[in-house]
Amino acid sequence: MAGLMAGFGCYTHAVVRGIPRSLAKEALRISQADVDSTKAQREYDDYVQVLRTTLGLEVVELPADETLPDCVFVEDAAVVCGDTALITRPGAESRRRETEAMKGALKDLNLNIVEMTDENATLDGGDVLFTGREFFVGLSKRTNQRGAEILADAFKDYAVSTVPVLEGLHLKSFCSMGGPGLIVIGSSEPAQKAVKIMQQMSDHRYDKLTVPDDLAANCIYMNLPNKGQVLLHCTGEDYPESVKVFDKFKDHLLIPVSNSEKVKVDGALTCCSVLINKKPNN
Amino acid sequence: MTTESGSDSEAKQQQQREESTEAPKENPKAAEPASSQSQLEQLPAAVGHSTPARKEQETQEEDQESRQSSSSRLSRSPLKGVKSVKIMQCKVTLLDGSDYTLNVEKRVKGHVLFDKVCDHLNLLEKDYFGITYRDVEKQKNWLDPNKDLKKQIRTGPWNFAFNVKFYPPDPAQLTEDITRYYLCLQLRDDVVSGRLPCSFATHTVLGSYTVQSELGDYDPEELGSDYISELRFAPNQTKELEEKVMELHKTYKGMTPAEAEMHFLENAKKLSMYGVDLHHAKLVGRLYQGLARAEGEDSEGVEIMLGVCASGLLIYRDRLRINRFAWPKILKISYKRTNFYIKIRPGEFEQFESTIGFKLPNHRAAKRLWKVCVEHHTFFRLVCPEVPPKKFITLGSKFRYSGRTQAQTRRASSQIIRPAPFFERSASKRYNMSRSLDGAPITENHETLMKDSDSAARGDIITTVTTEKKAEEEKAEREDARAETTEAAAGTTTPLRQEAKDTDPPTEMVKHQTNISELKRSFLETDGGVPGLTEWERRLSSSPARSPRTDEPPMIEPLDLQDEEDEEPARDETKLELKATEAAEYLLNCAADSPLADGAPPTGPQGISPSATMDDDVFAAEEKTLESQDDLSEKSVAKLSPGSVREEVSQAITDKRGTLIILKEAEVETEGKEEVEKLLMTKMEALLEDASQVKGSPKKAMASWVSEVARAEESEACRVLPEEMTKTFEQSKPDVAQITLSETAPLAVSTLGWVSSSVTSEKASADLEQKKLVAMEIDAAPEACPHTEGEVVCTKETPVVHTETKTITYESAVSDMNGDADPGVLLSAQTITSETNSTTTTTHITKTVKGGISETRIEKRIVITGDSEIDHDEALAQAIKEAKEQHPDMSVTKVVVHKETEITPEEGED
Repeated sequence: MAGLMAGFGCYTHAVVRGIPRSLAKEALRISQADVDSTKAQREYDDYVQVLRTTLGLEVVELPADETLPDCVFVEDAAVVCGDTALITRPGAESRRRETEAMKGALKDLNLNIVEMTDENATLDGGDVLFTGREFFVGLSKRTNQRGAEILADAFKDYAVSTVPVLEGLHLKSFCSMGGPGLIVIGSSEPAQKAVKIMQQMSDHRYDKLTVPDDLAANCIYMNLPNKGQVLLHCTGEDYPESVKVFDKFKDHLLIPVSNSEKVKVDGALTCCSVLINKKPNN
Repeated sequence: MTTESGSDSEAKQQQQREESTEAPKENPKAAEPASSQSQLEQLPAAVGHSTPARKEQETQEEDQESRQSSSSRLSRSPLKGVKSVKIMQCKVTLLDGSDYTLNVEKRVKGHVLFDKVCDHLNLLEKDYFGITYRDVEKQKNWLDPNKDLKKQIRTGPWNFAFNVKFYPPDPAQLTEDITRYYLCLQLRDDVVSGRLPCSFATHTVLGSYTVQSELGDYDPEELGSDYISELRFAPNQTKELEEKVMELHKTYKGMTPAEAEMHFLENAKKLSMYGVDLHHAKLVGRLYQGLARAEGEDSEGVEIMLGVCASGLLIYRDRLRINRFAWPKILKISYKRTNFYIKIRPGEFEQFESTIGFKLPNHRAAKRLWKVCVEHHTFFRLVCPEVPPKKFITLGSKFRYSGRTQAQTRRASSQIIRPAPFFERSASKRYNMSRSLDGAPITENHETLMKDSDSAARGDIITTVTTEKKAEEEKAEREDARAETTEAAAGTTTPLRQEAKDTDPPTEMVKHQTNISELKRSFLETDGGVPGLTEWERRLSSSPARSPRTDEPPMIEPLDLQDEEDEEPARDETKLELKATEAAEYLLNCAADSPLADGAPPTGPQGISPSATMDDDVFAAEEKTLESQDDLSEKSVAKLSPGSVREEVSQAITDKRGTLIILKEAEVETEGKEEVEKLLMTKMEALLEDASQVKGSPKKAMASWVSEVARAEESEACRVLPEEMTKTFEQSKPDVAQITLSETAPLAVSTLGWVSSSVTSEKASADLEQKKLVAMEIDAAPEACPHTEGEVVCTKETPVVHTETKTITYESAVSDMNGDADPGVLLSAQTITSETNSTTTTTHITKTVKGGISETRIEKRIVITGDSEIDHDEALAQAIKEAKEQHPDMSVTKVVVHKETEITPEEGED
């Protein structure tokens, strides 16, 4: 039976995009850091392998574009919910063209495409937290009110609340969904404030799981037919303290995924894929 | 006529302050041949539960008419004299788009029309619905059931519409399919009009269920291929949409209309704008106040929408939700001129409560919004309606929601025993008419926000007295006589005898208790904060996560703390609601058939000063509740010592007490003036002491959970009440009391068991604990989890320690209830009020700990009102019996009977 808001975390497809060599030098970053291209590539390969082999998702891999150094972070280019895909207008000028390939790929997947054409609007997918019941959109360096409004128009069923992002790049730079009704959140003050705001704004109750490191709070939750609850999260090498928290999900299939290079260019785990559920519910 | 003198003069005074010319509501009532009239007026309420509406209706009408002719001189000003009964034709647009024409007597009140329409619709669960009319500005207003029709519509045409007023958050809990059917019709209208936005996919789904319910199974032969284009599903219906609807429709074979409607509702209720009543406004002042965040922009004058819904007040800017104030967050709702204000409890980032102002397009809009807020708050949040302000505090609107609350209506509808009525699901005319025909009314309907309340409450002007910083300011405003405020106190409620639409027979309690969990579920509905099993609990109980380590990762520990604190404001809502629900469990209903209970709700408890005062106490106590809660939560955030908490709290109390006293004095003054029919008051305090181990009984655990939830906040209420009460009674005696009979009968003494205090927190912190478990892996000792101080390692041996930050030392003002003089530590306290038409029950549940002994005391105050025909002794006996039955594991330790009889000039009574 078709129904609203069924099956949180159910995915069948993932769209990813290769790492251009230009990433190491040209990708945008908040703090200067040298990226090891080879290592970054290896991380990416591992990531794709997890999605494809370990989890059995249909992975659509878009080719890297050297002129788009940030293109591996596909999440920012589109927000997919149900059968609707909102093609964003990324906040960073240099990233705007990333949406083209994404749009094509999502069209091919037969999603209803909504485009953000308003020139006053900016929105990065990294600022969009979908909880299964509603959206929270971070108003950040990359995302503005207008962008959020367009998102609200695209997904009319859901409440869309705005949350100021005072630190970090994106809203999801310090939080993500760790399960239905569970928000994983970093322990920094801005992160904690943000989660408080989210709770205040919501008619729904959320559980909150705080991890010591903000960046480690970005994980990927899935609920897959043959795998059950899956959590892709940071590794013990990168975040030894935070990983202990994740280790407690005994019922989950826990998959640590290394992200130490991409994180230097502000890329978190969710950034590297757009997840889609093509099976109508369940 | 002499009876009129009192109220009339008052009324006049009031009128001078008012713009309105509405007849003072007291009048009819005061002058009514008391018993018969009021009884009749009371009738609909009383009968509503289980008797077919029609009957009551007729009686009602007859009554109306007879009164009109025979007693109009009494109830109306002499000028109006005796008039022939004028019949007016009303046109009511029903939810299926059809018009229903009916005649009503011109002078009848709104509920007569409403009841007739409900009769016509064969609708019993009618509390969710209402009648709207257009005012001169073409704005939709809700018809006030308690006001004369003609005074509400004034010069306008007698055209009305029947609409859903309170959208049940969980339609599955409605008792009857027919009710759901009407709700569906409303929602279809909401969807088609665009008032309830939804995605293409949702339009498809909702549309397909609509088709199934209206046309039945897909049948190409009978229906043809284009059968669907006659129906409306969306504001902009496309061929594609119709095709998808058809596709889905095909898959529903065998689904009954009722099932289809259930599916429809299950989907519709999840929509973010479900049941949200929008009002245009502009911001006055800071936009991000509640969020403690600024965008850097000057938010003054920003265009926003205010959405009133079951859970609170939502603030939208364009389509975006920019803030939300759950009812528990809101201390006060008021309006003044074109402004609408909400006073917000301080969040953890703020020190003081703050008032946020919104500018509405005009005065009427501000008032409409205010009324809608008052009504929603009452309906969804309270157990029973509040008392409208007494006449003498003519400083504000007397308007209160006087219908049944959701809790009451659920209880009532659980009594419906009729076989499911047959009703035709007429292919709704609204949608299969041509668009042009039908588009107009629809858009008209929907452009304007539909749930505007009516502007008829002319009593306006109040302000509840406040001692806050703004008091002076408000005083000025009061004189201005335009400000209307209502205290939106959460949690406990104040009863309103006259308004009591709830005459549950005592037997209902039984049924009711079985319903509790259901009620609770519904109250908690969307959230995971249910005391039982949260997602976490479920997951973790089966997960090994508990076991692996006992060494907690230190960094997470604060998390829990924070968690708790964080979520407190939010959780609050849940808690309080639960409490409200739970309240029902402790209601002690004394249904004495009182012919008295006069009908016109807005008039306030007539001359029943003690109870009135008590009500006010409760009322104010609620505020206290909220306030102290604030204090406490601030404290716990700041981690101050218990001592300072106490200080702060008592400060709050002191402040509030000022309020109380003021209110009281005002009342006392007027008591003399108020006409009172014969009234007898019996106050019973049944003190049930429970000392058995909380741990043992789940029920009790629940109770303790509930009270734990209400925790220290409520303790304020408790602590103050007795004192205030006493004063009140003292003050009022000279005026009212004829007999004061007091007897104290310690019936039994509780047995005290050794319980760790922390046990009480068991439930309350359950889900928090779960988080802790994840985080810190506290091992299986939930009852040992401190719930205010996460860091404190809890030990059962020091039961009191962990709660200390948040607890208040209980200084038993009422004393005697405790065997020992040792003041215990108050863990929690809770006040619940309920009522029937002749009784008002205020229940205080207090939980204290003394030296490791946990004690739950339930104190019930039952005010039985009625004329002398009531056998008070019997009523009392009944009350005690019920109390015992309800709490078999507790013993009655004290009963105080306080009787007051007033014999006032009885001209008003025949």
